[in-house]
Amino acid sequence: MSWVDIGAVEAVPERGARVLKTAMGCVAVFRTGPEEVFAVSDTCPHKAGPLSEGIVHGQSVTCPLHNWVFDLNTGEAQGEDASIATYPVRVEAGRILVDARALAARSAA
Amino acid sequence: MSKQKLVVIGAGMASGRVLEHLTDAAPDAFDITLFNAEPRGNYNRIMLSPVLSGDQAYTDIVTHDEAWYADRDITCRFGERVLEIDRDAKVVVGENGHVSYDKLIFGTGSDPFMIPLPGHDLDGVIAYRDLEDTERMMGLQAGQKCVVIGGGLLGLEAAAGMAARGVEVTVVHIMGHLMERQLDEAAGYLLRKSLEDKGITICLQANSKEITGENGHVKALMLDDGTELPCDLLVMAVGIRPSVALAKEAGLAVGRGIHVDDQMGTSDADICAVGECVEHDGAIFGLVAPLYDQAKVLARSLLGQEARFVQKSLSTKLKVTGCDLFSAGDFADGEGREDIVLRDPARGIYKRLVIEGNKLVGAVMYGDTADGNWFFQMIKDGTDIDEMRETLIFGPAYQGGDTSDPLSAVAALPLDAEICGCNGVCKGTIVEAIAGGAGDLGAVRASTKASASCGTCTGLVEQLLQVTLGDDFQLPTAQPVCGCTDHTHEDVRRLIKTMPLKSQEAVWQELGWKTRNGCHVCRPAINFYLLADWPLDYQDDPQSRFINERKHANIQKDGTFSVVPRMWGGITNPSELRAIADAADKYNVPTVKVTGGQRIDLLGVKGEDLPGIWSDLNRAGLVSGHAYSKGLRTVKTCVGTDHCRFGTQDSTGLGIKLEKALWGSWTPHKVKLGVSGCPRNCAEATCKDVGIVCVDSGYQVSVGGAAGMDVKETEKLCDVASEQEALDVTIAFVQLYRENAKYLDRAYKWIAKVGLDWVQDRIADPAERARLIVAFELSQSIYRKDPWAEHATHQAERYQPLADLTLEAAE
Repeated sequence: MSWVDIGAVEAVPERGARVLKTAMGCVAVFRTGPEEVFAVSDTCPHKAGPLSEGIVHGQSVTCPLHNWVFDLNTGEAQGEDASIATYPVRVEAGRILVDARALAARSAA
Repeated sequence: MSKQKLVVIGAGMASGRVLEHLTDAAPDAFDITLFNAEPRGNYNRIMLSPVLSGDQAYTDIVTHDEAWYADRDITCRFGERVLEIDRDAKVVVGENGHVSYDKLIFGTGSDPFMIPLPGHDLDGVIAYRDLEDTERMMGLQAGQKCVVIGGGLLGLEAAAGMAARGVEVTVVHIMGHLMERQLDEAAGYLLRKSLEDKGITICLQANSKEITGENGHVKALMLDDGTELPCDLLVMAVGIRPSVALAKEAGLAVGRGIHVDDQMGTSDADICAVGECVEHDGAIFGLVAPLYDQAKVLARSLLGQEARFVQKSLSTKLKVTGCDLFSAGDFADGEGREDIVLRDPARGIYKRLVIEGNKLVGAVMYGDTADGNWFFQMIKDGTDIDEMRETLIFGPAYQGGDTSDPLSAVAALPLDAEICGCNGVCKGTIVEAIAGGAGDLGAVRASTKASASCGTCTGLVEQLLQVTLGDDFQLPTAQPVCGCTDHTHEDVRRLIKTMPLKSQEAVWQELGWKTRNGCHVCRPAINFYLLADWPLDYQDDPQSRFINERKHANIQKDGTFSVVPRMWGGITNPSELRAIADAADKYNVPTVKVTGGQRIDLLGVKGEDLPGIWSDLNRAGLVSGHAYSKGLRTVKTCVGTDHCRFGTQDSTGLGIKLEKALWGSWTPHKVKLGVSGCPRNCAEATCKDVGIVCVDSGYQVSVGGAAGMDVKETEKLCDVASEQEALDVTIAFVQLYRENAKYLDRAYKWIAKVGLDWVQDRIADPAERARLIVAFELSQSIYRKDPWAEHATHQAERYQPLADLTLEAAE
């Protein structure tokens, strides 16, 4: 693991998301509770909708384009045979940390 | 055989039911005369509370109308008192003459008990018993005060009904907790809390001392501790007494009520009694279920069939929206009794089961009563619960069943399980009726009476229809908002207003949302309802908005956005056009398009460029055109009198004024307006949500048009003479729509539901129109502002990536 600080947890609105730019495209960082964050691919496998712009509910997000719903824990789409990549992320002392190695592995995949 | 002469005294719920059974089973057996002191026939008295709270109208609760009596050849003598009964001659003497009988039924019901406090005879001191009392309570205006003595079922329903109308209600109860006959202390506490949340003041252990008055009218209730409770109306709801005076005079055996045997016969072989006036085996009756049992028994006895009335244990529900309670059986503490208690304070849930030996003897539930009937059935059946004791309190879903699906729970009920407590209808009877062709709720009601009284079992009956008919059954249109709740949009809107609920958390908690914080379907709807009903208390939640409204731009299929600046009434000028052209150049806008609503659309703007392009446009005086919102979109106009040789009024000027008044407001769905200067209608006003066509004599305001998935021509709302009136009427209409429509119903859909007449009446009423305009202005004092300027200044960084790892990853 190689944890990288990407910002303060308050920078992401609760029940909202921000985008993290990587060499291989955007990762969406979701905040579902005060200290509860998830990092997943920002791209809906259906029609490439930006998931970070979706409505966040529970630990799920609804794609803004055609309402596909993804579980942020597993990345699985509800009722569809599709999923998005999920990445290790945690909150420590009010900062959001992502695993840069996992993100890099993404580009290798 | 000649018909027997049957005389019935009192047209109440019990005697009404007797008449139904008799005339259904043997239409020609009796020549029936019906006396009633109230000047009307039978209505569903237990539904007076929903009438009081405004959920139902009186006409909805009439069970027997004139036609019903006429069909059955029943001679009605309504509004006429019975003076005496001559048992030797077998004659009933009424105020307007006498009538002889072969059989006589007493259905005289009960009288409300009035505590003989000093001042109890003042004007404005009433009971809660009949329609007149209900109307007195409905006559109170918002802000007036009412004291209710009695914290039992009836008193609380009266209090809640009046509170829902904005009356300031105080409940005075002599005991230590509310509804002490049905609830234990914990449930009484939760009930008190939720009633207090509705704005009702509750005084417990309060002894009333005297009622004071002024000019013969009630002024206040004095308690013996010196407290003075001012009131415009005082309702005593402290209990009922069987009405026995007439029976006593006639020499029948009378105790607390008229003594009856198991066949409902009195001490005179030709006289029977039924309902709240009777005493059977030492008990008197106030709830409807045993009265209906008695009615069935009496009808069978009169027809010479065998029948026997048996007292059964009862369950209680309170008909107050938002107070979900259930109690059944005996739940007093006692030796050999054990309790199982479940509390969930966060959700306001309390459940207590009382067990004696291996049997459930009582249940009290508050907050979540879904399993009430299951427990009640166990109490009645005396089911041995030893095996499931550990998980009993979690209900049927945890008893080894594989699912908590309500449908399988209903499917699993035995055929003799009681579904409708009021009418004593069991599952088998309903299933039979469905098999016999009753294909919807109305038909089941008509053929079995199930869910036809208090209506709390409606859901169960619908589930039975679903289980029995499968796919052939279409659930009625009352669909829940989404999977997070069982409430409909209409229910949620009403409860947000009446409870009141002023935050999303309050809605989720108090209305029992099944999910942590809703979903993409309910969140935007609830957010809108809250901001529309409580503009000052509720703060708009951007995270509950669809992306377009959160980022104030329309998302396109490639994830870019479109930007549409507002052009008031479709009017622009060279400097605005220059600013738009410059912005299009600077931000590499690939497509510039003129819209159908007379605006310019810049398509293909990157999300992170939004704050920048907005500041540039703001600098030229351009603000958000809200082309993305469920709110006012555009007001399309023609050039009107300024240039056109046909124009009759300044349609452009009116369009601009309308847009300046309405912009920024949030509505259930988008709102588009059009103003045409003459009937040639160049602004295509007659397919808008509100369309105004100017004519020589003034302005024709029409509403409910659409030109989307449905194409609809507007319908006339009203004609007005002045421009100010046209503005007023439009604003009032938009506010009425905001206050009442279901989220995502365009105006035409909403009008189809409530009726154009209703809309016209509300707008035509000067007081209501003025109220709507004030309410709209209040909301606009918060929302009539440019979100672009706000976001560009204060939230620009939210539009940028949280971090950029492209460089690191490249290394």
